[in-house]
Amino acid sequence: MAIVTPQAIRQDFPLLRRYPDLVYLNSAATSQKPEVVIETISRYYRELNASVHRGAYTLSVQASEAYEQARRTLARFIGADEREIIFVRNTTEALNLVAYAWGLHNLRPGDEILLTEMEHHANLVPWHLVCERTGARIKAIPLGPDGRLELEALDSLLTPRVKLLSVMQVSNVLGTVNPVAEIAQAARAVGALVVVDGAQSAPHMPVDVRALGADFYAFSGHKMLGPTGVGVLWGRYEVLETLAPFLGGGSMIREVYVDRSTYAAPPQRFEAGTPAVAEAIGLAAAVEYLTRLGMDRVWQHELELVSYALARLDEELPEVRTFGPRGPDRSGVVSFVLGDIHAHDVATALDQYGIAVRAGHHCAQPLHRKLGVPATVRASFYVYTTQEDIDRFIEALKKVRDFFKDWL
Amino acid sequence: MKGMSFLDELYKEIILRHYKSPHNYGPLDSANVRVKGDNPTCGDQIELMVLTDGERITDLRFQGQGCAISQASASLMTDLVKGKSWAEALALEQQFKAMIVDGAAPTPELGDLAALSGVHKLAARVKCATLAWNALEQAAHQSGALLRESKH
Repeated sequence: MAIVTPQAIRQDFPLLRRYPDLVYLNSAATSQKPEVVIETISRYYRELNASVHRGAYTLSVQASEAYEQARRTLARFIGADEREIIFVRNTTEALNLVAYAWGLHNLRPGDEILLTEMEHHANLVPWHLVCERTGARIKAIPLGPDGRLELEALDSLLTPRVKLLSVMQVSNVLGTVNPVAEIAQAARAVGALVVVDGAQSAPHMPVDVRALGADFYAFSGHKMLGPTGVGVLWGRYEVLETLAPFLGGGSMIREVYVDRSTYAAPPQRFEAGTPAVAEAIGLAAAVEYLTRLGMDRVWQHELELVSYALARLDEELPEVRTFGPRGPDRSGVVSFVLGDIHAHDVATALDQYGIAVRAGHHCAQPLHRKLGVPATVRASFYVYTTQEDIDRFIEALKKVRDFFKDWL
Repeated sequence: MKGMSFLDELYKEIILRHYKSPHNYGPLDSANVRVKGDNPTCGDQIELMVLTDGERITDLRFQGQGCAISQASASLMTDLVKGKSWAEALALEQQFKAMIVDGAAPTPELGDLAALSGVHKLAARVKCATLAWNALEQAAHQSGALLRESKH
């Protein structure tokens, strides 16, 4: 297959075609959607819409088959078995599912949950809620000054009291690619369950959940060219089988009496109620699109963009301070501050030049506390990001720097 | 794309001057009303400290962190309402919010705060400009409670 250029890829995205002057650098928050995903969702409602897993009629059987086909596509994408794919709303819901279905039933006072200082609130708050109810405690792998985790601390942190470790594979702020396989191996050696937040990795790099050595892996559809409202929790089947249900209702049961019920096997046990069928099928179309591009190439493209962006920032904008590691363990995310000018003011100013970036703490307050800044500006890249986008971003940032130059 | 001219309109020099050197900034040990305000989604925080007899704002200071718009708004607000009665301060709050939220023309009473009128065009930043004023309104309520207690 010929190598597809990001300029050609842009043509697959109706929104980017509609706004040719927009430099969209907020894909870490949510990605744009290609035509094929929008069309797949539209076609589902025009041609296939029916209740899944219930009706005896042909249309329902076809809708169910399309939904289960989407499950198989997602399974193949991350090297999993289809029975291990649970469709949820997003990464946040996936992590809450593990916290409630596993954590509430297995954690005791004195037990420990090991997280890291760079986690997104989605991988912090569910564990806070579980700790409040179970008496378990949270510890965190510290963040080093280079934007990498201080893994030397693992030896002392990983005691037999640690029952669960949950870590992000890629930081949404720093871009750090954490050595999850290595961390997972150490955690499993003390008998801890391993949860991986894949929200920023599944969209951007090849992922093989078995090679990671994890028990759970969570990601969102809308960050990987898919629709909002659908995400995936992958769990090792042997572990899923031992879990209590999370939400109760239709579809997740075996037998129901007025006063009690028994539950279906995974994955149905964790999919109560009518699922997001159109969204799941749309996500499968997104995954097929990404697979055609090749996840190795997607990752390579982002590595090239981020090293180009960092090199230009270093060279041409000494007033800019960037965060995160330098090297191949760095995804297409550049968070920075411009002198003492607040991130929101920088983002508002960039917006005047058509550059869409995010400013704030990016749902990572503990990380920003550690960095010693209240907020950062974040530019994040994806398959449709071109080198010209980076050039326009840098040129606009220079104008913003000049505008604020007396106040830096 | 609005470019540099809009930035000039939004970030007038007086805004940036108050951002860099805010007035009435720092602790007020004699304060008898203290209010904390924040915008959790963006991380802006403010603490407003007021010394009041229940009817008049004798002194007030603020501290916190945030963007140029939120800090300048707080700084200019403290200059404006110091020495005023709570009724006068709340009337000014209404005029300020009419300008920022509804796009009304700035009233003469708002003085230098008119420099923030451009924020109206930026829906995402309205909450930055109003953060300190929301804290002031809360302080007025607390002050009213203080007054009722002292009359008992």
